[in-house]
Amino acid sequence: MNGEGKSSLGNVLEWQFGLPVLILTISGLGILSIYSASQNLSSNFSWAPLYLKQITWVVIGGLVFLFMSAYDYHRLLQYSYVLYVISLFLLVVVFFDGRSTRGAQRWLAIGSFSFQPSEVAKVTLVMMLARYFSTWPSSPGVLYRLIIPTVLMFPGFLLILLQPDLGTAITYLFVFLAVILLVGPWTRSLTIGFFSILMVLPFLWKWLWTPLRAYQKERILAFLDPTLDPMGQGYQALQSKIAIGSGQLSGQGLYGATQSQLQFLPDGYTDFAFAVFAEQWGFLGVVFLLFLYYLLFMMIIGIGERAKDLFGVVLVIGITAMLGFCLLVNISMTVGLLPIVGIPLPLMSYGGTTLIMTFAVLGVLLNIKRRRFFS
Amino acid sequence: MKQSDNLRRIQRRLIFLRLGVVVVLAILLIRMWYIQIVQGEEYAILSEQNRVRMVDLKSPRGLIYDRHHNLLANNIPSFNLYVVLDDVDDRQRLQEHLSVLIGMSVEDVRITMDRHDTPRLPLKVKENLTLKEAAAIESNLSQLPGVAIQAETERSYPQGNVAAHVIGYVGEISAKGLKQEKFQDLVLGSAVGKYGLELEYDRVLRGRVGHKTIEVDARGHERRAIQVKEPIPGDNLHLTIDLPLQRLAEELLEGLVGVIVALDPKNGDVLALASHPTFDPNVLTRGLSVSHWNQIRHDSRKPMTNRAIQGQYPPGSVFKLIVAAAGLESDSILRSTSFECSGRFQMGNRVFKDWKKEGHGLVNLHKGLVHSCDIYFYTLGRQLGIEKLAQYAEQFGLGRRTGIDLPAEKQGIMPSREWKERVLGERWYPGETISVAIGQSYVTVTPLQMATLIGTIANNGLQYQPRVVRQLEKRHDGTFVDIKPLRSGVVPIQHDTLIALREALRDVVASGTGRRAQLRDISISGKTGTAQVVSLGKVESEDAVPRRLRDHAWFVAYAPSDDPKIAVSVIVEHMGHGGAVAAPIAREIIAEYLHSDRVLRVM
Repeated sequence: MNGEGKSSLGNVLEWQFGLPVLILTISGLGILSIYSASQNLSSNFSWAPLYLKQITWVVIGGLVFLFMSAYDYHRLLQYSYVLYVISLFLLVVVFFDGRSTRGAQRWLAIGSFSFQPSEVAKVTLVMMLARYFSTWPSSPGVLYRLIIPTVLMFPGFLLILLQPDLGTAITYLFVFLAVILLVGPWTRSLTIGFFSILMVLPFLWKWLWTPLRAYQKERILAFLDPTLDPMGQGYQALQSKIAIGSGQLSGQGLYGATQSQLQFLPDGYTDFAFAVFAEQWGFLGVVFLLFLYYLLFMMIIGIGERAKDLFGVVLVIGITAMLGFCLLVNISMTVGLLPIVGIPLPLMSYGGTTLIMTFAVLGVLLNIKRRRFFS
Repeated sequence: MKQSDNLRRIQRRLIFLRLGVVVVLAILLIRMWYIQIVQGEEYAILSEQNRVRMVDLKSPRGLIYDRHHNLLANNIPSFNLYVVLDDVDDRQRLQEHLSVLIGMSVEDVRITMDRHDTPRLPLKVKENLTLKEAAAIESNLSQLPGVAIQAETERSYPQGNVAAHVIGYVGEISAKGLKQEKFQDLVLGSAVGKYGLELEYDRVLRGRVGHKTIEVDARGHERRAIQVKEPIPGDNLHLTIDLPLQRLAEELLEGLVGVIVALDPKNGDVLALASHPTFDPNVLTRGLSVSHWNQIRHDSRKPMTNRAIQGQYPPGSVFKLIVAAAGLESDSILRSTSFECSGRFQMGNRVFKDWKKEGHGLVNLHKGLVHSCDIYFYTLGRQLGIEKLAQYAEQFGLGRRTGIDLPAEKQGIMPSREWKERVLGERWYPGETISVAIGQSYVTVTPLQMATLIGTIANNGLQYQPRVVRQLEKRHDGTFVDIKPLRSGVVPIQHDTLIALREALRDVVASGTGRRAQLRDISISGKTGTAQVVSLGKVESEDAVPRRLRDHAWFVAYAPSDDPKIAVSVIVEHMGHGGAVAAPIAREIIAEYLHSDRVLRVM
């Protein structure tokens, strides 16, 4: 193995249990935030406090994680297209027969259980791409090979956008572009240029977006996603900034976080979980949390760098792009860098589908990491 | 290219992914540092402003009791509905929701809300919620952002219109009024005295507003109290008013326009003070519609005027007491000095008549007072001159306020040469002195001044300032503060003069013009009077005169004659001679007060 010259940090990363512990720690912090943010909601959600449900999701997610890390991922490789087609089918079903909340049709109910097919599609998209590019031919510069994945990606993107779910659609597109870019046949300089533009794009967006008049923004956003409550955007953005800012260096503590507990900050258990966390634990807590995410990403990318086949590498690229984009956009919108679009914070926001799918895909990654010894 | 080369090539590219992650996290970290560390202080203040709010706690107003501890002004609990408009995100929805819950039209709720121009301060939408309405609001509170029910008190006057002019009423202070310095300790919605004792003793009654610092949630609903500064209740007033006597006074004046004032001559305590027509302070306190208010204000009978201290009437023959005193005191006459009364009195080319056409014959002071002979007093008045009359009248308190603890007291007029030149710019005509001598012309008095006058004579010249409040009860520590009777003056009058006046007053009732005031067991002294509204000239029958031009009937009295315990002044507008109408009223008051051995506390 190429273990020589590794830092002690690298050794920690090498540790088999590093990934599960990291994932559970971040989810645990998420549960804590949901617990405090949803305390006063109990009158509206009397059947089960949200943090208890989230714990259930984490337990189920953990089981899925264990299963995926044990299951031979090469079998998944074979099912990738099938899984992707199934999720496209689910998106079509939800389009015609989904349960709508706040004007968007996003949920599919099977008995008493309901989930969001768009969250599933994000992950199966990554798997589909990984499967496709795992047989990348040896001749670079063959652009026509991008046509098939584009054609496969597009209906999913469209169906999600039409739900409408702006946030997930953008994530979907970003994941696709990131994979194409990194796996694609371009020269290195082109890749660098394109990649950096991609990173700056969200901020360019701010400069394109900000000059718009308030009502124009409202109209555009309301058109793209009615659940966003454009009338309340300014309020939400301000309250979120107040929550985060008032955390100052060391935070207001678990029970002193008034912004979230007195519900000045709406949706503190889903899209604004980060703001709740930042109010409670302050800048020190935020540094700690971002460091955990840093470790997570480094660990994931490390797995890619040592994977034995292309499927693993592309999977890592897709997962990193997906989680990284969600992290960036979610936190950016809570601190007023981006307009508020409904994108959850990976592993922390409340939501069963996202959480279980994230756990599942991370389980596959652990699987890839473990199998590199055997293949 | 081999498959494995391709793998290596792409794996090498992952360094850019690492770079991307680092860049993203670095950007986020810098932003967090900026918001939490650089701007953290400002956001912490905003967060504090979000959740912490000051609520005023209105102080309960002091209560008002009569002299026997009967309640005259009370505070009753009232559940009031408030809305902080800044906390309301969807006004129209709230208006619709509220209108269903409190039975107000959406339109009314909307108008109330639109009129409110300080959205961060609570707006009172409805007073006096029923328990059912309050319960409906409380159970729907989670869907009613910005809404709160405050348990407050409302002023109530359990005796209705009894002593309304004395007690007065309160109203809510206006936003404009709050800017005045004297109201600086009040808050929006505070009750403030508008009339009567409520106005006069407002500072004492209002107490001190308290404050509560509360933590609110995003809907503006209170979560907990952080700090409470309790309000200090206002002091209670204990009055000199005797409720049973006051009630009787109100009953006696029922349907009439007039005044009854009863005093204790030995200390100035006002036992009863009734002015009719009157009003219901409960109605005025609750706030009137503009049209209702205009109706009251423009009522020609002026129910809002406290005639006892604001009605200025010619004293008529009651004034003869002063003329008599002036005559004896200035040695112009002796008790035995007599004048011939033929029913006519000539001065220059003008003829003054006696009320009795055929005259009284030879009249001395006693007879002159007992039968209220005008000619006697014309003669005496001419002899004394206006200056002496004015001098003695002023000693008895005419032409100046009595100083009673009620607002807006009028002073009446006691004319003199100097007064006429100053006010009218004319010189004094001797003929006017003749009119003044029988209490007409420019002389005007308030019924309270007449009560004080007769009380002073009853009390051997010792004059007390009339008072309505005899005790303050400090509610915060339960102590009582007595208000001492205030002797406002000693009329320098000789004992012999007093004896002469008091003997005459006794005989007015015993055998003179005031016979209708007689009681079988108690000796009453009094004096009748008739205040001319206009000079009628030759009129055959009283009934031929329109009512609004008829004379006012006066009667002043004290009893028992030898040890006076009560002094009464009665005037009934447009009812002719005092002896006929006013004297029986005074008799009833005296009988009630001196016979009174009933259980005094009424519910």
